Amino acid sequence: MAEKPRVATASLCGCFGCHMSLLDIDERILQLVDLVTFDRTPLTDIKTLGDCDLGLIEGGVANAENVEVLREFRRRCKTLVAVGACALNGGIPAMRNQFSLAECLHESYCGGIGVHNPGIPNDPEIPLLLNQVHPIHEVVAIDYFLPGCPPSADAIWTFLTAFLEGRPIAFPYTEIRFD
Amino acid sequence: MSKTFTLDGREIPFETGQTIMDAALAAAVYIPHLCHNPEFAPHGSCRVCVVDIGGRQVSACTAAASEGLVVDSSSEAIQATRRAILQMLFVEGNHVCPACEKSGACQLQAVAYYTGMLAPHFTHFFPRRPVDASHPDVIIDFNRCILCELCVRASRDHDGKRVFAISGRGLESHLVIDSPSGLLGDSSFAAGDKAAHVCPTGAILPKGRGYETPIGERLYDREPISIVGDVRAHEEEVV
Repeated sequence: MAEKPRVATASLCGCFGCHMSLLDIDERILQLVDLVTFDRTPLTDIKTLGDCDLGLIEGGVANAENVEVLREFRRRCKTLVAVGACALNGGIPAMRNQFSLAECLHESYCGGIGVHNPGIPNDPEIPLLLNQVHPIHEVVAIDYFLPGCPPSADAIWTFLTAFLEGRPIAFPYTEIRFD
Repeated sequence: MSKTFTLDGREIPFETGQTIMDAALAAAVYIPHLCHNPEFAPHGSCRVCVVDIGGRQVSACTAAASEGLVVDSSSEAIQATRRAILQMLFVEGNHVCPACEKSGACQLQAVAYYTGMLAPHFTHFFPRRPVDASHPDVIIDFNRCILCELCVRASRDHDGKRVFAISGRGLESHLVIDSPSGLLGDSSFAAGDKAAHVCPTGAILPKGRGYETPIGERLYDREPISIVGDVRAHEEEVV
């Protein structure tokens, strides 16, 4: 029996809503685990990434760790999919691009309402923030884009089943939304 | 006997003086558009209504209909051109659909869905643009303006006010407001103006009505724009 396709997922700068939407496929997840083997994903809590057939990326690129994880996914995954508004266009996190990074840090950690003990955290374990939040296609090449905030469980299911069966990927009108 | 041209293999009748868009609208054939509104003079700025006539790409809203034309509005090549135009519109502004009240009833979104656009593709500009909430009844979010000039034309040609204009050139082009402070609240603009109800995106929005219709029940949530038509017609229903 041929080895099942390996699937990895990651959340960069996002809210995990796209992963929640993946879980919203409900009992179909039993079909999915029959079809694929999950590699690194928050669903398995595996921390290291192996060679995979499919990588699903949620969230935009906002810090140095996001860049590293995204590049690793691109290296290890034959096919990489941008999942959700943040991965596609920066989404809500990219609304900070209207301000300088210094203004954002000052508002969050120094001058904002309710801030106690003001001071910008500088622990070396905290990934350095980028000046702007970027969609992932601005950092690595992406094979498929799945819009939505989040994409619906049905849209994710339509994509996964068509992809895994090698069928052309096509969505009913109601499954493609930008919000 | 009326004159006709061919649009995607279908005979479309037209009167002398009509554009391809006029004739298509009269025949209930959808050609995607953003800056066009039959109530105002054609503008030809958004180019989303691009069609192919004998290898030349022209905007259907400004090209005159003529006998025997063979017009292609639905080939993959034309749709790809439209997608590229739409993708440029998306990356040149800040169109954060999940944070926009107009989402689901936005013509920019709806036309993008129609052309099969899934992602913005290009590098985002992330321009820094203000929000003008100075008017008591209407908010203007310049992040969402696509410079279609529908509000400019509506205010000038229908309302007789000239509240709006486009200033600057190229990437510096932007919507300006005729008031001493440049703010909408200091202009003669009123919520009942035609200009308040023609915006195809979420750039001009009424205050106090946000998220009135639940997600999933909005204009383009259920049916494509090629079936339900422009948001403008539906906007006017609620005035």
